[in-house]
Amino acid sequence: MDDSAAKPAQTFRIETAGGAPRIAASIAVLIVLVLALLPMVASRTLVQDFIFLFYMLALAQCWNLLAGYAGLISVGQQAFVGLGGYLLFALTLIGGLNPLLAILLAGVISALCALPTALIVFRLRGAYFAIGTWVVAEVYRLVFAQIKPLGGGTGTSLTSSVTSSVPGIEQVRALLDVRTPAARDIVSYWVALTLVVATLAAVYFILRSRRGLALGAIRDQEAAAAGLGVDIYRIKLAVYVATAAMTGMIGALIYLQKARISPDAAFSVLDWTAYVIFIVVIGGIGTMEGPVIGAVVFYLMQRYLADFGAWYLILLGTLGILIMLFAPRGLWGLILNWRDVTIFPIGDG
Amino acid sequence: MLLEVTGLRKSFGSIVVADALDLVVAPGEAVGIIGPNGAGKTTLFNLIAGGLTPTAGHIRFDGRDLLGVAPPARCRAGIGRTHQIPQPFEKLTVFENLLVGAVYGRQKSEREVAQACGEILERLGLLRRANALAGSLTLLERKRLEMARALATAPKLLLLDEIAGGLTEGECGELVATIREIRKTGVAILWIEHVVHALLAVIDRLVVLNFGRKIAEGEPKAVMQRPDVHQIYIGIEA
Repeated sequence: MDDSAAKPAQTFRIETAGGAPRIAASIAVLIVLVLALLPMVASRTLVQDFIFLFYMLALAQCWNLLAGYAGLISVGQQAFVGLGGYLLFALTLIGGLNPLLAILLAGVISALCALPTALIVFRLRGAYFAIGTWVVAEVYRLVFAQIKPLGGGTGTSLTSSVTSSVPGIEQVRALLDVRTPAARDIVSYWVALTLVVATLAAVYFILRSRRGLALGAIRDQEAAAAGLGVDIYRIKLAVYVATAAMTGMIGALIYLQKARISPDAAFSVLDWTAYVIFIVVIGGIGTMEGPVIGAVVFYLMQRYLADFGAWYLILLGTLGILIMLFAPRGLWGLILNWRDVTIFPIGDG
Repeated sequence: MLLEVTGLRKSFGSIVVADALDLVVAPGEAVGIIGPNGAGKTTLFNLIAGGLTPTAGHIRFDGRDLLGVAPPARCRAGIGRTHQIPQPFEKLTVFENLLVGAVYGRQKSEREVAQACGEILERLGLLRRANALAGSLTLLERKRLEMARALATAPKLLLLDEIAGGLTEGECGELVATIREIRKTGVAILWIEHVVHALLAVIDRLVVLNFGRKIAEGEPKAVMQRPDVHQIYIGIEA
């Protein structure tokens, strides 16, 4: 260090976009605690609703990292939801593994499958990349429809011995004095909560790390980032593989909860990509807060409007288009225009 | 030689934007490039920085052939560039903009480069804007950020693309002073500029391009006085 007092260069105060507010961290911990204890008092319907909210949020956070930061507009993430779901079925029904272990393994195998998939789709740019990912997802669907031990085109169900073999169900049943199906939901709820918190934490730490710095640069000016030494291909590949692993685990959990799988449902572009894109877009793409808000809005709409059938989908589409036209930064962007706040201090405006 | 360009050619179909170009830059040397719009100046930078692949010819940098080397690796080898239209990372702070270059261009941790980034910001007069979002900068500040970010990668060769364009006389003078400071640190400079007097205040050698070809090269003032340079560049008979 230079001890010359005339040099102000020694007194930098380094701030990054959005300083880390301790208070937000405390609130986050509190929210997680409340959510963890919620099943003690909540009805079974509410527990099931929250499981849905959790996995949609986790999927949205993954897609946001992929599209909002790495610029990889994939419309084929259902490939990994379906893959994770089918892996859970294969590993438990045929492999005889414990479901929780199967969820973890589904993540690992999804990452391994993402590598060769990336080698194909990364050759494509822009709209072609989007279409390419969709085509690949269709290929996954068709492949799994051929696997007879997993029910072929019509699908199959988990046996009750598998669904009841998740550790903790017995203890919850005894402790909270509920029936086995309700206890199963509560355990699934905790697994889903763990997964969504883990996803949020993973995305947060990726974005806070030097990779996050590069992803922010790629989001803002890809060519300039390359000129400054950022290896775009490698970082995008890492993000693609990491989100595939997370998406695969979420898929496994979703189908553990559903206990019934078919190729058309597991590789549904509407359920696992279109809704997810809707969540990210209305919440605010390229921010961590956006998908959280989007997921809550989507859940509320689904909860109260889904009975209107086709009209619900028309409303969903219209809302998405309106937000894209008039508030391209999403609901979180609207909030930022009104108040300068940050929940996840990762350096976006 | 630090940079050696030999027989460089780039064509898009029948349109030739660089033809039989030879160019050398010695370590620490400052070379200026002028030429009318469309002479292939920015194309030459894109070929050197790796955004474009040459149709024929070779580029050697620091003793290494750059054929097939991607832009990030060229940056790490020591080529830093600025863009004619500044391309800041708008949602990152000014300091973070520099960190990107320093962390990835030098392959070091944020902690190791933070001090150096601060010093570059100070030298370029951006220190008080360090924590502002880059999207909020004025044109002069954006141009300074372009240079600061390129310097953060610790380049051996700095490519400046019309960095003085669009600035007032006073701003331009400040910029020239800054570039002379940078030269003193031993960084070689290859500078494309329309503001000739700014260029002449810094460079050792001047190259004139027209239609992708080099038409003159040498001592700056002597080159500027050549009738053919006047004819092509300024459009009047000497």
